Amino acid sequence: MSERRTILLEVRDVSKHFGGIYALNGASLALESGEVHALIGPNGAGKTTLIHVLSGALTADAGQVIFNGNDLAWRAMHERVALGLARSYQITNLFSRLTVLDNVTMAVQSRVRDWGSSFSFWKPFSLDSAIVDEAQDLLDQVSLTGLAGRRACQLSHGEQRCLEVALVLATKPKLLLLDEPMAGMGPEESVRMVELIENLARRVTMLLVEHDMDAVFRLADRISVLVGGRVIASGAPAAIRADHEVRRAYLGDAQ
Amino acid sequence: MGLYASSPRRRIAAAMTLVALLALPWLMQSLDQGFYVSLASRVLIFALAATSLNLVIGFGGMISFGHAAFFGAGAYTVAILAESGVVSAALAWPLALAVAALLALLIGAISLRTRGVYFIMITLAFAQMVFYLVVSLKSWGGDDGLLLLRRSTFGSLDLKDDTTFYFVVLATLALVLLALDRLAHSRFGRVIQSIRENETRMEALGYPVFSYKLVCFVIGGALAGLAGALLVNQSGLASPNLLHWMQSGTLMVMIVIGGVGSVFGGVVGAVLLLLCEEFFVEISPHWQIGLGLLLLAVVLWAPLGIAGLFGWGRSRE
Amino acid sequence: MTQLILEQALNGLQFGLMLFLLAAGLTLVFGIMDMINLAHGSLYMVGAYLAAAVTQASGSFMVGIGTAMLVTALLGALLEVSLLRRLYARDHLAQVLATFALILIANEVVRMIWGAQPMLLNAPEALSGPVSLAGFFYPAYRLLLIGVGVLVAGLLYLLVSHTRLGMWVRAGASNREMTEALGVNVRLLFTAVFAAGAALCALAGAMLGPLLAVQVGMGESILILAFVVIVIGGIGSIRGALVGSLMVGLVDTLGRAALPSLLREFLSPEVASSLGPALASILIYVLMAAILFWRPEGLFPARG
Repeated sequence: MSERRTILLEVRDVSKHFGGIYALNGASLALESGEVHALIGPNGAGKTTLIHVLSGALTADAGQVIFNGNDLAWRAMHERVALGLARSYQITNLFSRLTVLDNVTMAVQSRVRDWGSSFSFWKPFSLDSAIVDEAQDLLDQVSLTGLAGRRACQLSHGEQRCLEVALVLATKPKLLLLDEPMAGMGPEESVRMVELIENLARRVTMLLVEHDMDAVFRLADRISVLVGGRVIASGAPAAIRADHEVRRAYLGDAQ
Repeated sequence: MGLYASSPRRRIAAAMTLVALLALPWLMQSLDQGFYVSLASRVLIFALAATSLNLVIGFGGMISFGHAAFFGAGAYTVAILAESGVVSAALAWPLALAVAALLALLIGAISLRTRGVYFIMITLAFAQMVFYLVVSLKSWGGDDGLLLLRRSTFGSLDLKDDTTFYFVVLATLALVLLALDRLAHSRFGRVIQSIRENETRMEALGYPVFSYKLVCFVIGGALAGLAGALLVNQSGLASPNLLHWMQSGTLMVMIVIGGVGSVFGGVVGAVLLLLCEEFFVEISPHWQIGLGLLLLAVVLWAPLGIAGLFGWGRSRE
Repeated sequence: MTQLILEQALNGLQFGLMLFLLAAGLTLVFGIMDMINLAHGSLYMVGAYLAAAVTQASGSFMVGIGTAMLVTALLGALLEVSLLRRLYARDHLAQVLATFALILIANEVVRMIWGAQPMLLNAPEALSGPVSLAGFFYPAYRLLLIGVGVLVAGLLYLLVSHTRLGMWVRAGASNREMTEALGVNVRLLFTAVFAAGAALCALAGAMLGPLLAVQVGMGESILILAFVVIVIGGIGSIRGALVGSLMVGLVDTLGRAALPSLLREFLSPEVASSLGPALASILIYVLMAAILFWRPEGLFPARG
């Protein structure tokens, strides 16, 4: 963790309702730069809705989201990515018919600040070797080098989750929103993913939504608990473990 | 269907076809079948129009059902300019392209706010709007269309000569295909193909998806306008039929038969369809039943088109 | 002047209600199966031809309409079971192409059987005259169309909002997988919906036959209007289809009647007489664009 505790992301009283049901009801949250912040809560607590609101897939009905000093209201999804906010998907969402390498090069190519926009109609992409090199590098980091030529749909579930992480990393985010990266994984694959996230934690701030409590308590610097669309507690893992309200509302039920 | 990659084999086939097409007028004249040079021009112009639609549907994944509007806009622009005395191709053709591009920008900017079935219906409806607008304007010939009394002029080239005109058409098509092949392998081409594959993911990676789609839509529309400008010169008539939605459907049939998302798919489809038409109309006035059945068969059993059947599809495998 | 406007408004209402007969079936097909069906217009055409042929043969308009609805419904069911069902899982391009192929085939088959000339379908003698309506005369046959349209719209409303069948249909339109999970036989349900939609097409085709010409190609022009209706109303919504139909019917009819004279107030007669029809012909598309701009999902989106 960094010494200077700057706030990277601040969520203030965000609400979102669908019909008459409040998925988020005045949720507030602050993420410090450099930390791994886990967001836990029972099913239907609003975790995925919050990720959607942060990434720009949904617009909040009320409240504010400040990222790195920028108010995110009305910023489209792609503008948020340009600011350094990237998300992964709970259900694997890849370019399934493209090769693994093409998946990652598309993600690397998206960084306008490094390569300019992609409104380039004539020059063959094969000359952009820097993009391909970086993509190869990312595949190394998530241990998929040998599978670069496969189509994404031919990978195992665990490999697809790793590719998902590589895609998000390729945008060089300041903040990574990981939506249940371990969903549907076997024990071995989970171990591999935990190691991967631990490695990443040194480089990027993360908001981690996860059901696997072992992983959460191992990875998180701080934990926030979302129940009924509100954050009822936020703090270090030990404090959360001891918190009465949390035990009653959530951990007690889960165990 | 991954990203498009042209194989050396396909490039050799394209080069050989080009040589054959260059020799065609000479061959036809020595067989005393000069009429076929004009037919060949027509086929190549439709190949250009179908190719422009393939950029939008096959590469961009936008199922536009209103492409005839841009095709017709190009034709009418040239005919209207000719009425007011502008016959220079150097002026009229780029203007036709620009008018079609502007129309595509307007229609695209509204239609691309929607997806799926909505997009199909809306592009269709807007194209019909253009059709009804043109038909109801008596000064543009109404139902009868506008006659183009003289072909465009192009420097010292004599476009009135069918063979010269044929070579101009062939050169235009070859240049467009070359550009499309470059585009398919460029960063822009990769972006629009990836949007076709997974639009939400592209948005989540930080691409302004709407802008990319709109630019692709406008380029497709502009090229269709160019095809229209050529066609009115070939046929001598800017007819409302060019704007009719059956025309959009026919262009779509061409690319599906030829291969969606393949650089040469539009050419293959246009050649096959128009030559079949030429041939079968002689045999039976009800040949469209056959066409319909063929189309059903292609959709149900050969989704990659005729090109796919022969392994000319876009797949790398 | 008021009389003229009133008469045109009734014409618009009548046309809108007939459009609704087409749009109702079509919007459910789009909504439930997420499938685009261009051949809906062909069912309308086939219905009109059948009605004309049977009426000529039997001498009874009622027999003609009844037979046309029945046979077209059967044709629709057959089409759904044999072909369209294979297309639900395919992409929209495949659906467009396959149903486009059906249009080509249907047009040619009709031309083979009944020839290229338009066919004559006369309204019953008794209804051919005008009736007096609060100070002006209005064709009795058009009044009948309004009556039939209102009746069908009312019946559809009762069916969709007050019966179990209707509940399934609504559920299917808003979330198909969920409906299947609840144990509804969506396949059978859809064949039934499709057949009913085909019958309504035939009804519209037969009823409009005496007013518009019964000819090849009649299905396509009205199909596109039905698309505009559905886009305005929102895919999968019967209520949206009704509102959209009435809007399109009224705007189109009143626009054509009033715009040229309205323009003459501001512009020179020559400009007005050339611009008027042109503007009137694009009015409904402008309406559609405007609605889309504010509500890209249409006025009553069925999908939540």
